[in-house]
Amino acid sequence: MTATTALAPASAAGPAWMPWARRAALALGVVLIMAGPNLIGDPTRTRQWAEYLCYAMIAVGLDLAWGYGGMLALGQGVFFGLGAYAMGMYLTLEQVEPGQLPQFMSLYSDYTELPLLWRPFGSLWFATAAAVLVPTLLAAAVGWLVFRRRIRGPYFALLTQAATLVFWLLLVGQLKLTAGTNGLTNFTTIFGRNKYQPDTNKFLYYLAAAGLVACVVVARQLVNSRFGRLLVAVRDGEDRVRFLGYDPALVKTAAFAVAAGMAGLAGALSAPVIGIVAPNQFAVLPSILMIVWVAVGGRGTIYGPLVGALAVSWLRTRVSETRPEDWEYFQGLLFVIVVALVPGGLAGLLVSLRNRLGARLGAGGTAADGPVGASPAATAPATAAVAE
Amino acid sequence: MQTFLEQLFIGLSLGSILLIVALGLTFTFGQMGVINMAHGELIMAGAYVPYVLQTKVGGALGGRAGLAFLAALPIGFAVAGALGLVMERTVLARMVDRPLDTLLVTFGISLMLQQAARDLFGASNVEVVAPSWLSGRWELLGVVMPHSRLFIIALVAVLVGLVSAFLSTRPEGRRMRAVMQNRDLAAISGLSTRRVDATTFFLGSGLAGVAGVAVTLIGSIGSQVGAGYIIDAFLVVIVGGLGKMRGTIIAAFGLGMLNAFSEYWTSASLGKAILFIAVIAFLQFRPNGLVSFQTRGLTG
Repeated sequence: MTATTALAPASAAGPAWMPWARRAALALGVVLIMAGPNLIGDPTRTRQWAEYLCYAMIAVGLDLAWGYGGMLALGQGVFFGLGAYAMGMYLTLEQVEPGQLPQFMSLYSDYTELPLLWRPFGSLWFATAAAVLVPTLLAAAVGWLVFRRRIRGPYFALLTQAATLVFWLLLVGQLKLTAGTNGLTNFTTIFGRNKYQPDTNKFLYYLAAAGLVACVVVARQLVNSRFGRLLVAVRDGEDRVRFLGYDPALVKTAAFAVAAGMAGLAGALSAPVIGIVAPNQFAVLPSILMIVWVAVGGRGTIYGPLVGALAVSWLRTRVSETRPEDWEYFQGLLFVIVVALVPGGLAGLLVSLRNRLGARLGAGGTAADGPVGASPAATAPATAAVAE
Repeated sequence: MQTFLEQLFIGLSLGSILLIVALGLTFTFGQMGVINMAHGELIMAGAYVPYVLQTKVGGALGGRAGLAFLAALPIGFAVAGALGLVMERTVLARMVDRPLDTLLVTFGISLMLQQAARDLFGASNVEVVAPSWLSGRWELLGVVMPHSRLFIIALVAVLVGLVSAFLSTRPEGRRMRAVMQNRDLAAISGLSTRRVDATTFFLGSGLAGVAGVAVTLIGSIGSQVGAGYIIDAFLVVIVGGLGKMRGTIIAAFGLGMLNAFSEYWTSASLGKAILFIAVIAFLQFRPNGLVSFQTRGLTG
């Protein structure tokens, strides 16, 4: 019970001015994202923020699986990578004349013509569709196999992590098709535009922003629907949901597949932004770091993971530009502090702050009907339910 | 036939390495249900012990690499065990009912330990000098068997023997089994489950340290040495099933063999993929692993 109240839409409770504050914050967020490139100014920074927006897409999707569905997916890097490679293959082919081989293929392989796997990726539409559909279908297939057999909790987490390792090994090992550790790079022409033109960065930024908005809209619709309630119910008591006649495996598979699709879209949009698609971006460590984005922002909320991804990525750039070694400690500390001490993340802190404020002002909701999860004492059982 | 025997030995050797790195996990993960992602870094800590003994305190041992290596086995056990004990007391004991969060927190700890190792011992990998009596090789039916590999197989056999003896004869071992099989009942019977947890975690972590000392025989060591083994080790425990060492032993050698043969038939990367698909397929038939406790509870 606690968990449902803790993670239910906060608009249900709180002082009377809350809905307005929420709307104002949302409007401010949209304005900030839209005005982003003008506020940032510097084209390189704009490009970096476009990258962060892609990460936010992954976080929004991952939150559906982990925050709402209780599936600790440590393998989002696989889906992110599949999307990125799909687009990377298109971009690689965009650089060469039709009928010619990409440069790395003439170096590493003895192909005389384009291998079968690569051929359809000459089309942008095919590449984009594949970037979203391949991760979605793969996640659906794997998810169905795993959830049907009621493999869950830590087992699911460890299997997804092993999948990430296998994916990385395949990318590195299949040198002829993937260019190995070097990855796909040198995208000088991006969707017909020159990479060095300053407004190309702006264009990519808005593309990423549009993708993020789409992901948020889909996530909101899902969470507020009957499906969303069912998903939270599965997280908090899978067996009870089964007794009620639903199939939890189906619900979990759907959420996992949507999360994978969002990661794939993020990958496709990030490939031109980052300018390189290489195995190390999709290895075990980056995949588990995606969990931190969600945890920092606040699992089980729509906007928390988005903010978390942007904040952590920004911080990462800042810290590793000046002191790269310290980032490793910082990253580790972030895991320990956020997960162990602040399981609600930034969103949880905000809610508890609001409650205190509300209690002091005496307006609207009292402490009794405010979200219970906000107080530290109640957060622990809430996350325990998540962890099941 | 010749290649078959060779692959058989490689599989046996891989299996013994998998078993030695997974043995500690059968305690911390299998018995306590703690997913300790920093287990790999406990292996790393154990691996640096012979290095430190050989380079820093080499003079006291008369520069004898072999003696330092043998001394490293118990010292590695103590160092990794102590490290694990500190982790258990300070962090994990507070998060008993949040297994997934434990996974993330210990992962954070593992990142910090890796960076600490880079700061202490440098970013590049270092070599541990193998004892001279382990540098030779035997040939049997045309199969070349390096002594170092045989030593690991023997070591893991001894460890398994010691651990089973400990669990079945020592009172501490029996208490550990009692807590594992029914925590509430053990607590009601007057056992301090907290103390038993600490013992279990110390033992599991210590075994990781011994594994660390053993893997220095296979290659150079660095901050990533444990991370390279950890995923395989967890796969072994998942396939083996929680709670019983028998399952882990069968799973380790089974996966070792499968790995050896699939890599031989395909390539290193494809072999790993085949292994993973095999694990998923296996879990379709036995979701709880090879050997598991029979329970009437719903959430097994």
